[in-house]
Amino acid sequence: MSEKVLTKRFEISGYRGTIEEYLATGGYQAIPRALKEYSPESLIDLVRRSGLRGRGGAGFPTGVKWGFVPKDPTLTKYLVCNADESEPGTFKDRDLITRDPHQLLEGIILASYAIGCRTAYIYLRGEFVAGAVIMEQAIQDAAAHGFLGNNILGSGFNLKVHLHRGAGAYICGEETALLESLEGKRGLPRLKPPFPASAGLYRLPTVVNNVETLCNLPHIVLRGAEWFSSIGSPKSTGNRIFSVSGHVRRPGNYELPMDVPMRELIFQHAGGMRGDRRLKAVIPGGSSVPVLTEQHLDTRMDFESLAKAGSMAGSGGVMVMDDSTCMVRAGEIVARFYHHESCGQCTQCREGTAWLHKTLRRIEAGRGRKVDMDLLMDICDNMKGKTICPLSDAAAMPIESYLKYFGDEFEQHIVERACPFGSGGGS
Amino acid sequence: MKEETVQQILSRYAHRRSALLPLLHLCQEEAGYVTPEAIGQLGERLGLSPTQVAEVATFYDMFRLKPGGRREIWVCHNLSCSLLGAEEVVRRLEERLGVKAGETTPDGAFTLRRFECLAACEIAPVIQVGPDYYGPVRPEDIDALLERLRNG
Ligand SMILES: Cc1cc2nc3c(=O)[nH]c(=O)nc-3n(C[C@H](O)[C@H](O)[C@H](O)COP(=O)(O)O)c2cc1C
Ligand code: SF4
Ligand code: FES
Repeated sequence: MSEKVLTKRFEISGYRGTIEEYLATGGYQAIPRALKEYSPESLIDLVRRSGLRGRGGAGFPTGVKWGFVPKDPTLTKYLVCNADESEPGTFKDRDLITRDPHQLLEGIILASYAIGCRTAYIYLRGEFVAGAVIMEQAIQDAAAHGFLGNNILGSGFNLKVHLHRGAGAYICGEETALLESLEGKRGLPRLKPPFPASAGLYRLPTVVNNVETLCNLPHIVLRGAEWFSSIGSPKSTGNRIFSVSGHVRRPGNYELPMDVPMRELIFQHAGGMRGDRRLKAVIPGGSSVPVLTEQHLDTRMDFESLAKAGSMAGSGGVMVMDDSTCMVRAGEIVARFYHHESCGQCTQCREGTAWLHKTLRRIEAGRGRKVDMDLLMDICDNMKGKTICPLSDAAAMPIESYLKYFGDEFEQHIVERACPFGSGGGS
Repeated sequence: MKEETVQQILSRYAHRRSALLPLLHLCQEEAGYVTPEAIGQLGERLGLSPTQVAEVATFYDMFRLKPGGRREIWVCHNLSCSLLGAEEVVRRLEERLGVKAGETTPDGAFTLRRFECLAACEIAPVIQVGPDYYGPVRPEDIDALLERLRNG
């Protein structure tokens, strides 16, 4: 059995994540340790050596990202915690926020110290109504205990943390859209470069990190870079929380080494397939990534292995489908989502997501035409790689993969003029 | 809006425009929706035109620019919930409430809305009402759930 780190406290019976409980279980010990033993520079180096990579989707090495922030002490710098968790199939950050909010705050304090930030924001998904109340309380309690505010633990380091609630827009999970939103604007992604590390919030140097990424930091400070990098694979170090949902017996969050095999995750931890049906498809990293099938079950879940298998580790949201699933309907739902969430700035994305949705809906409803499969491939092709943000790719790549592995099923819909699974879609 | 609360929100940001989302949330909590008056007032407060405020408010799904039900029922219709019967749940809700998703019941009690993944797929199919999550929801659970929401 691998050791749980991020969700260790979830297993303590009755643990509600109050500051007293957090302190009584070794919480907030990484702060005095870091303030005493590490300069900001050496803390960045520690995180770099740990190999920690972002858990928000792109997997960028955290220490390297921090290293891009200018050292000029006269520049204001910001840390923004991305708690927008809106990638379909992902529900780990919600657990981390509501069940152990101080672990996240401790991570935020450490990251802020490393990059020289004095004001940090938590951009919390608007729908997390309960999470907002819990987080506000946690911030107040941490300040009352001297972990936030001026001269933290007598070190001369000052930090304020503010909660900022989103209001329902998937695109605001994309870091530059998030920053626009935090500036009080519509969540329209910005052209990169410049990257947030040089011009982020209010065009000042800004680090955006995912909730789970930040939650790792106290453990890295207390147990060392070598300990962390000994978990997982050489390039995908540490544990990750996999959110497993769909047709499995025990859907839920499972914290496991990054390189756990997909088969073990689904059949051991998540209890295998409901009703012992046959596994048909797995979306391994949130709805934005290409689908995999039974033949990929021995693939490991780390960044490199999933990329080699033709998919991506993404957000860690693992959606499992059995043989009762209609893949055209699945495609229709995924396309509908991206159509709804496209911000509309780029023509390829705005038009492409609309066409994908419309075409898939038509096929699912039994009104598909022979040319529609080629049409879908064409649309996807046109959507990739030429847009302001990766949403357009994220909409196209999954659909391409459904066609690749389940092309027969699409054809059957068209030839039989009906959904063979009897669903028909439509919404 | 209490002046003290507004001041406190403004103090969190180096640029006052950043207070727009928090203040829109506040207005909606107080009046049930973002009223035209609120749009004007927020604009004045933050140095924005009413059009600029409205443009932002309409961008985000959670802000209502028209009055709606006293409570919003959010039903997730994204993939993991659909795999486990979300459409049946939506249909049963529409039937029992006598409205289509997106509409408000004539008595003003509920607005029924389809939502994208609510980040609670472990209990799919999921319904969220305010801070509370319900799931896995089966169509046959809907009557009891509505009863509870009516009384709660
Ligand atoms: C369309 C889109 C949606 C995204 N949604 C999220 C999200 O909900 N949460 C998140 O942490 N990152 C999300 N990301 C990734 C962020 O842009 C960013 O890479 C991440 O927050 C960086 O943090 P990390 O390095 O700690 O992973 C999204 C990216 C895209 C393109
Ligand atoms: S790719 Fe889509 S979501 Fe991203 S900026 Fe362009 S239109 Fe907006
Ligand atoms: S798909 Fe419904 S909560 Fe995630």
